[in-house]
Amino acid sequence: MEFRYLPMTETDKKEMLDVIGVQHSDELFLDIPESIRFNGDLEIKEPKNEFQLMKELTELAEKNVHLKSHTSFLGAGVYDHYIPSIVDHVISRSEFYTAYTPYQPEISQGELQAIFEFQTMICELTGMDVANSSMYDGGTALAEAVNLSAGQTKKKKVLVSKAIHPESLAVIHSYVKGPGVEVVEIDHKDGRTDLEQLEREIDEDTASVVVQYPNFFGQIEPLEQVRAIVDTQKKAMMITSSNPLALGYLTPPGEFGADIVVGDAQVFGIPAQYGGPHCGYFATTKKLMRKVPGRLVGQTVDEEGRRGFVLTLQAREQHIRRDKATSNICSNQALNALASSVAMSSLGKQGLKKMSWMNIQKAAYMKKQLQESGIEVVFDGAFFNEIVVKLDRDVKEFNRMLLDHGIIGGYDLGEVDERLKNCMLVAVTEIRTKEEIDTFVKEVGDLHV
Amino acid sequence: MSNQDFPLIFELSQESRTGYSLPEFDVPETEVDDMIGEAYVRKSEPDLPEVSELQIMRHYTALSKRNHGVDSGFYPLGSCTMKYNPKMNEDVARLTGFSHIHPYQPVESVQGALHLMYDLQESLAAITGMDTVTLQPAAGAHGEWTGLMMIRAYHEARGETNRTKVIVPDSAHGTNPASATVAGFEAVTVKSDERGLVDLQDLKRVVDEQTAALMLTNPNTLGLFEEDIEEMAAIVHEAGGKLYYDGANLNAILGYARPGDMGFDVVHLNLHKTFTGPHGGGGPGSGPVGVTAEFAEYLPAPILTKENDLYVFDYDRPQSIGRVKPYYGNFGINVRAYTYIRTMGPEGLKKVSEYAVINANYMMRRLQEEFNLPFDRHCKHEFILSGKRQKKLGVRTLDMAKRLLDFGYHPPTIYFPINVEEALMIEPTETESKETLDDFIDRMIQIAQEAKNDPEIVQEAPHTTIVSRMDETLAARKPVLRYQKEQ
Repeated sequence: MEFRYLPMTETDKKEMLDVIGVQHSDELFLDIPESIRFNGDLEIKEPKNEFQLMKELTELAEKNVHLKSHTSFLGAGVYDHYIPSIVDHVISRSEFYTAYTPYQPEISQGELQAIFEFQTMICELTGMDVANSSMYDGGTALAEAVNLSAGQTKKKKVLVSKAIHPESLAVIHSYVKGPGVEVVEIDHKDGRTDLEQLEREIDEDTASVVVQYPNFFGQIEPLEQVRAIVDTQKKAMMITSSNPLALGYLTPPGEFGADIVVGDAQVFGIPAQYGGPHCGYFATTKKLMRKVPGRLVGQTVDEEGRRGFVLTLQAREQHIRRDKATSNICSNQALNALASSVAMSSLGKQGLKKMSWMNIQKAAYMKKQLQESGIEVVFDGAFFNEIVVKLDRDVKEFNRMLLDHGIIGGYDLGEVDERLKNCMLVAVTEIRTKEEIDTFVKEVGDLHV
Repeated sequence: MSNQDFPLIFELSQESRTGYSLPEFDVPETEVDDMIGEAYVRKSEPDLPEVSELQIMRHYTALSKRNHGVDSGFYPLGSCTMKYNPKMNEDVARLTGFSHIHPYQPVESVQGALHLMYDLQESLAAITGMDTVTLQPAAGAHGEWTGLMMIRAYHEARGETNRTKVIVPDSAHGTNPASATVAGFEAVTVKSDERGLVDLQDLKRVVDEQTAALMLTNPNTLGLFEEDIEEMAAIVHEAGGKLYYDGANLNAILGYARPGDMGFDVVHLNLHKTFTGPHGGGGPGSGPVGVTAEFAEYLPAPILTKENDLYVFDYDRPQSIGRVKPYYGNFGINVRAYTYIRTMGPEGLKKVSEYAVINANYMMRRLQEEFNLPFDRHCKHEFILSGKRQKKLGVRTLDMAKRLLDFGYHPPTIYFPINVEEALMIEPTETESKETLDDFIDRMIQIAQEAKNDPEIVQEAPHTTIVSRMDETLAARKPVLRYQKEQ
C-alpha cells in the first residue's frame, strides 16, 4: 500500500538511521518496556485508496436525509440559513485552516486581524464592550459564564431559566460541579421565564441570573424586567444567551445592562453538520475583561509603529497561569469564527437587519396560517423565528409521517417537559418560501385527524 | 490608521454597499414591531461593514497571505503535531449528507452519520486499547475535564470524597493543572528527574489517600517515553488513584504501544493533532475520551449504541456525569479524522509513528553539536533543545525563533516545557520530507553561528516579515480589543 502523506523513502530512512546511529527504527522504541509494547496489528479497517474511499464515504453520506434533500422546519438551537458561497471559499484558504493559534504575530497577522474583526462584530451585535476569539459552542460558553459569575461575585448560587436550551442547561449542571455552584432552575410560564419565581428566589447569595433571549421556545424574554429583578441584589449579574441573528432586529442585551452575553454564531455561515463544530461567542463588560475565558486579540504597534495584532491579556490563560487560570480552554473555534465574520461582512449592516426581520416575518406568517387552519399555537408572546405548535399526537410519530412527505418536522418539546407533550417547536428561517410554509401548514392540517 | 497600516474590513465600508443576496421576501408583511414591543426593537443598527463580495474576497485573501500555515511551510511547533491536513478530508466533511444534517433529525434519517461515528469510536478504542469511547468533547482540554469529572464521579460513587488531588508532572501542558482546577481538584506537581522522566521517589512522596488521579502524557512533553510507566501505574493504583492519559503526544506511538496496555484508565485524544483534523488557526478541534469498562457508566450521556441494525442514542445513563456539550461532539472534525484513519489503516498508522520518531531523532542528532541537548537519549516524536549556550552570548531563544521567520519557517514551541531553560521544542511530524528537515537544520546551525559571530542579526530579527516585533506590553497595558470608528 502506498501512503501519499508519507514522503520518507528507503534511502532517506537509511541515511537518517545512520545519522541517528541505529540499524533499525525498532531500536528507537526500545524505551517502551516489552511487557507493554504492542505487537499485533491495530484492529481497524484496512486502508483504502483515495478513489474507493471517496466512493464509500459518499455513499455513506447519501444514506442521510439532509437539510437540502428535504424541507426543514427544525431549529432548536441549530438553524439552516442562507450561507453565501464566499464563506467556504475564504475558509478553504489553507493559510487559515492549516495554521494554529497565532503565537507568532509576525507571521499570523491574517488570523489575528480576522479574530480582532470578529471580536468587533460580536461587540456590535451584542452591545457589549469586549468579546473573545470564540468558544467551543453556545452551551459551553454559557456554562463558562455561569462559573465566571460565581468566581467574580464569590457567591455560590445561580438562577437559571428553564426556558434556555435544555442541552445548555444540562451542560451548566455538569460544569458547576467543579467549583461547587448550586443551580436553581426557574420555571417557565406561558413560554417565558417565570418572573415571579425569579423574584422569590433571588437573594444575596445569588451570583447570576441566566436567561436566553430569544428563549428556547422562540419567545422574547423581557430583559428590562429581568434586569430590574437582578438589580435588587447588589452583586448579582445578568447573563443572557442570544441567537446573534435575532440581535439584528432586537434590542441587544448590552442595552438592557447584561453583564455577560454568550451564544452561538452558527447562524452566520456555519452549516448544521450534525451539531458541531459551531462557534460559541463570549461577550462582556470592560469590568470583566480580565476574567474572560479563552483567547483575546488586542491591537498594538510593531517596532516601526505599524498597526498590528497580538494575543493579549494572556495572564488569564492556562499556558501561563496553569492551575490558577480563569478557564482550561485552549483551542477555540477560530476557523468557524472566520466563517461567521465572512457571513456577517457579506450581510453588512443592512443585510443583517433585513435577514433578521425576514425570520420574524416568515415565522409570523407561519403562525397566522396555522391558526387560520385551526391548529393551536401554544404561546402568545413576542417571538423571533420559532413557534410552538400543539399536535394531536406524539411529535415523533408526526415527524415520521412528515418525513415521508419530504419534510423534516420540528423539535419534540415533550422530550424535555411533560407539560409540553405533543408540542412541536417549529423554526422558520429566511430560506423557507411561502410555498413551503403553506405546504407545511397543509400537511400538518391533513395529518390531524 | 496610518497609511502604512493594512486596513480593517470596517475601514473599507461605504454606506449602502452590499455583499449579500438574500432569499426573496414572499410572504405578506405583518406588523411585527407592535408584537415585539417598542423597547425590544433595536434602535441603532450594529455597525457591520458594508462591502461588496469582491472587496470581502480580496480582504480575506490578503489576510490569508499574512498568515503562515502548514501548507505555507514547515511548522515544527512542538506538542501541536502540525502535520499535513489531507484535502480529501475537507471534501468528505463537505459532502451535503454530512455537512447539512441536523442533530435533532430522527435517528433513522441519519444512519450514515451514526455509522461513521460508531466506527470511529471503535477505531479509536482499538488504537488506544480502551473499552469505550465518547466523541462528545469538543477539544483536548475539554476532554481532559470530561475525563477528570468521570474520575471524580467514580471516586464519589465509592464514597471516597477525600480524593481531592490530581497529580501533574512539572513538564505537563498547562491545560492539565487548569483542567484539574476546573473539575474541582487541587493540582499537585510531581518533579521530573535528571532523565527527564517522572521522579518515582517524588511520585511516591506525593501519592496518598487523597490522590484522585495522575495525569500524564506518554511520551511526555520532553518527547521522552516514560519507561517506568508500569511502576507508576502500580504506585497510583495501589493508593486507589486512577491514571489519566493526555493524548496530545499519541502521534509517537501509534501501533507501538497503547495507553490501555500501559495501565491508563481514562484517555483523551486530540483528533486535530494526531488524526489530521486541521488546526483551523486555533480550532475547532475534537477531543474524544476513551475509558476502561469500569468507567463506562460515567461517560457523558447520550451514548451511541447499536440495537439490531440500527444506531441509536442511549440516554438512560443514571451514573453519567451528564452532558459536556450540546449535541454529539464536533462531528465535522470527526468525519475528517475518520477519513484519515481509513486512508492509513493499521499499517499506515504504524508508519506514521515510525517516521515521526525517525524524523525527530534525526533532527536532534544533527542539531546536538550547536545547541544544548538536555536529555541525551532517543526521543519519540519531538525533542527539546536548550538555548542556554546562546543565551550566554546575549541571544535568547525568542531571538532565534524570530530569526527562523526570516527563512520562512514557523518556529518551534519556545519556553515550554517550563522545567527546561530557554527551551525549544521541536516536532517535525512524519509528513515532512528529509529535504525540508535538512534545510531547517542548516538554518538552525546558521543561526547558532550567527549568535557567535553576528548576534545582532538574530537579536533584531525578523527582517523579512510584513511586520516587525509587536509591542506586547502596550497591548496588555492599554487593551484595544475591538475596532472603534474614529469620531
